[in-house]
Amino acid sequence: MKRISAEVLSSRTFGDHQSITIVAPEIAERVRPGQFVQVAMPPDREFILRRPFAVAKASREGGWAGTLEFAFRSQGAATDWLGSVRAHQFLDVIGPLGKGFAAPKSRTTCLLVGESVAIGQLYFLAEELRGQGKRVDMIVWGRSQGDVYKPIEGKRLAQTFALLTGDGSMGLRGSIEQALPGIAERCGSDVIYAAGSRSMLRAVARFAQEVHIPSQVAVQESMGCGWGQCFTCVIPMVRRDGAHYDNVRSCTEGPVFNSSRVAWDVWFPPEPARPIDAPSPQGADAPTDPDTVDGQAAGSPGSTSMEGDVR
Amino acid sequence: MKAMLDVDLDGIALRSPVMAASGCLRSLKDIHGLLDVRKLGAIVTPSITLEPLHGGPGPRVAESPSGILTATGFQNPGIEAFLVEELPSLIRTRVPVIVSVGGTRLDEYLRVATDLALIDGIAALEVNLAFPNLERGGARFAHRADHAAEVIGAVSRMTRFPVFAKLSADVADIVDVARACIDAGAHGLTLINGVPGMVIDVDDERPRLAAGTGWVSGPAIRPLAQRAIFDVSQAFPAIPILGCGGISDGKSAVAAMLAGAWAVQVGTAMLVQPDVPLEITKDVLRHLRKTGLDSPSELRGGLRSAQPTAAEDER
Repeated sequence: MKRISAEVLSSRTFGDHQSITIVAPEIAERVRPGQFVQVAMPPDREFILRRPFAVAKASREGGWAGTLEFAFRSQGAATDWLGSVRAHQFLDVIGPLGKGFAAPKSRTTCLLVGESVAIGQLYFLAEELRGQGKRVDMIVWGRSQGDVYKPIEGKRLAQTFALLTGDGSMGLRGSIEQALPGIAERCGSDVIYAAGSRSMLRAVARFAQEVHIPSQVAVQESMGCGWGQCFTCVIPMVRRDGAHYDNVRSCTEGPVFNSSRVAWDVWFPPEPARPIDAPSPQGADAPTDPDTVDGQAAGSPGSTSMEGDVR
Repeated sequence: MKAMLDVDLDGIALRSPVMAASGCLRSLKDIHGLLDVRKLGAIVTPSITLEPLHGGPGPRVAESPSGILTATGFQNPGIEAFLVEELPSLIRTRVPVIVSVGGTRLDEYLRVATDLALIDGIAALEVNLAFPNLERGGARFAHRADHAAEVIGAVSRMTRFPVFAKLSADVADIVDVARACIDAGAHGLTLINGVPGMVIDVDDERPRLAAGTGWVSGPAIRPLAQRAIFDVSQAFPAIPILGCGGISDGKSAVAAMLAGAWAVQVGTAMLVQPDVPLEITKDVLRHLRKTGLDSPSELRGGLRSAQPTAAEDER
């Protein structure tokens, strides 16, 4: 990975989202779908952390060679600032970071499932899978029409393209969870790739487990650094013994994980609401006992932050 | 040029006064390409406990104005795995390694220090006193001068390495805690640790960290650190102080040393710009040249009175 000063080629609006294309040959050359970049915020502002963005496109040849694109929704001071960045300004970018999606060796019918702006990285993946001769089908979801990121790209790339919105303003009204079984069966999907909210990823993981097909999910956790130093972006992963879990860094071990390895019930307890369970000054950072999968499943506020402001 | 940045922490020689703070440089392989670690003055490891700590669930990081709030639950691999998997690669860098030692009881600090006793290449231990003392009601060691002194005394007596006590600023009198640690045998002090804090999401009506509370770090705590360094160094001018807390550029590093720090630790800023310690090093050197000083140690005690004299005012 490299830290570079990258010129902004363009900043465009797509519905509720914005996409920025930067000149970053060192990163564009190597980045794989599912990997991300860390973009520095301007100095002398209140917000200091970089913001992670999954790469939505990387061009390696033709007129756009050496450029890459990421997308986000303005939802706070930092992304508002990023939204105001114009062509020919420079961004301080580190990448490529993390582990991307693994292409299937033998399986050939791939179902890509994404929500909102996280769909962008699946278009990048779809390009790659198509290039390898795989069949690509897609389900994309947005809260409303404006929240569906670049649906035209999906129509171009996918053999079957299912579009859903929460309010029915575009495509069918419904949720990914409802649509997934029928579409997966019709398409004969033998592997699923998903990117979006934690609840959707869990639904995909459940379904994949039920029908015994592998799935990979791209998580979006709040991050301090993005290159493995701060241990803040962890998610619980089941150990090989199946009985315990480890908090692993989603920036270096992920952000793409095999969904069967994620300890979903620990990460996302069935009963999410939890008051401040009295984290006294002493208790806040008090070491916990070695964690067990069935044990203390402490809840966590369900905010996710990739493509957004650190929450 | 190099000689100019040399620092002597009362027997510990550093080639630069700028080191990586505990918890912000923990995986050399993952920072490859972003930072030439050999140019650091020293590396402080994350706090190592006897057993592995897994920490709680996320979110573990949130932003606060000019700072961040983190709670990793002191996640670390435990001393056994640390000795095999992490320490050797740090020592191979030939940069002085300061191992941060954690524990929730006196005995745990001692056992971790004992396991480190025979390792060659460790420059010093930094005892992180922000852990709760579970043997004595759960108050943090750093919050009680006597609890802090007990740990520092016991570790100092049993180890051959110089011991730095890392203190917290959220105490009634940090000079008092510092004195207790120095009397107990501390070689030096690291000032300051992260400050307990909380960030609340109003829309959600929840704390932004899963743990509820966490540690504030970054420029937000810089004035707290400068005050602590100043007060303690005034009281104990002969004791090496490692300044830590919101140091993110050359100016803040120089400020910490003017306040009385012998060297500085950079933490949160490294999470934003991994090679910022090297940039700070260059800026410190530039400052020394500009002001005609020969060594970072000459900054120490160079702080002038708040009120300029009439003669200074006229200039």
